[in-house]
Amino acid sequence: MTPSPSAGALYTDVIRERWRRPRHRGELPGATATAEDVNPLCGDRVRLALQVTNGQVEAVRFAGDSCAICTASADVVAELATGRSTREAAAIGTEDVLEVLRSDVRPTRMRCVTLPITVLAMALAQ
Amino acid sequence: MRLDELTRADFPILDRIVNGRRLVYLDSAASSQRPRSVIEAMARYYEQNHANVHRSIHTLGEEATELYELARDRVQRFIGAPTREEVVFTRGTTDGLGLIAETIGRTLQRGDEIIVTELEHHSNLIPWQLVARDRGAVVKAVPVRADGTLDLDALDRLLGPRTRVLAFAHVSNVLGTINPVVDMVRRARRVGALTVVDGAQAVPHLRLDMSALECDFYVFSAHKMLGPTGIGVMYGRRAVLDSLEPGRGGSEMIKEVWIDHAQWNDLPWRFEPGTPPIAEAVGLTAAVEYYEKLNMDRVAEHEAALAARAVTGLGAIPGVTVYGPPAGVPRGAVVAFAMDGLHPHDVAALLDADGIAVRAGHHCAMPLMRCLGVVGTSRASFSVYTSPEEIELFLDAVAGLRAKL
Repeated sequence: MTPSPSAGALYTDVIRERWRRPRHRGELPGATATAEDVNPLCGDRVRLALQVTNGQVEAVRFAGDSCAICTASADVVAELATGRSTREAAAIGTEDVLEVLRSDVRPTRMRCVTLPITVLAMALAQ
Repeated sequence: MRLDELTRADFPILDRIVNGRRLVYLDSAASSQRPRSVIEAMARYYEQNHANVHRSIHTLGEEATELYELARDRVQRFIGAPTREEVVFTRGTTDGLGLIAETIGRTLQRGDEIIVTELEHHSNLIPWQLVARDRGAVVKAVPVRADGTLDLDALDRLLGPRTRVLAFAHVSNVLGTINPVVDMVRRARRVGALTVVDGAQAVPHLRLDMSALECDFYVFSAHKMLGPTGIGVMYGRRAVLDSLEPGRGGSEMIKEVWIDHAQWNDLPWRFEPGTPPIAEAVGLTAAVEYYEKLNMDRVAEHEAALAARAVTGLGAIPGVTVYGPPAGVPRGAVVAFAMDGLHPHDVAALLDADGIAVRAGHHCAMPLMRCLGVVGTSRASFSVYTSPEEIELFLDAVAGLRAKL
């Protein structure tokens, strides 16, 4: 059995920084699509608001109560989606987010990473 | 000698090193660890005695049956059940509550009322929602007050001629509140309602006497009380069990079977369809014997002291909120808390990095989380092997959390 990661391997500098000072948290007046979902494991809630013009994601903001990993993931998802076509944004996957977070996330916390990705897909499907 | 000093060596898993530290296991309310005597009893059973129970006419079958039924006698004595026929084995608390809900559910009429409380574990809420939906019955809840106790005046207002069931936890798995079972049972009985008590968090920590509690049903799991997973107990008052049709069918629970009907078996087997968890029953016997050797009064005293220290210690850390009864009021062996600005899952993950295991999240009590106005909490819980030193390590770690994220 592999040992669980140390706090440092899980809470990387990227996660700490994005949790303390997220760049894309807030409201988005003029949003064209919003979606929200809950992590049944912990009750965490993430809402994403998108501004889409002519098939381009112009801006993304997130809101909600969530842990450091989920908050950091939402911030990264918002950043990765911004400026992309809706098709490209819909292709954003777990690996893309993990690559930015550089965190050794265990299976028990993986839903914290994937929840914002799910919410992005819901918003893009509107 | 302190209880943890007496028991520590019996629990091999407590020697585990987790993230470079010796494990501090503060998640016993979710599932306790088990002593070597339980593990060895189950291994011995599988190596020496295993066969199916009750209808195996050979030596091993007889031995297995004897061991399985011995577990019933041990549990009867442990919980003070008047007769062994009132001790029914289930797969666990959730299974037992589901069995009761399905069994009573068959007798419900449209408009009948089931009263639960706001502090219930989902296991004592969802089964009632399901039968209420099927039968056109209504589920109502006794509110929780700010001090973590139930509003019994509100209970009196909810109880009425349509109340068929009052289902509630003996000890809250989040707040640690010890609910006044006898008082609540008496109030329910005045309107003729059946009482169902979820004892999952009480049996491991308090001395129990079913004849004194007077409830109709009392349910618990072995795995929270030093025993194995996969087995639990549904105590049912004999007069009530006699009056009910079995909720579930299968082998073992019948006397004679035709294609279109059957005659039910005697108690308690009428409520035990299928091959039961036999090795688990053997493990449960060992767990009960372990508790009896320790003496439940001593267990309660040990854990109350740990909980009291955790409550005052956490309360003294800036930014920490402790939920449930205030310091000085008796509580179960759980302490739920929150730290300003830190998510409960981050609290648990950061403590795990120090080898400290706590629970975090909604604790399967989402309605209660809504009452508390939080998405979740972190929870430390204790058992016979938990030491005062471990509580101090935990408190120091919590005090240092904020600097880590």
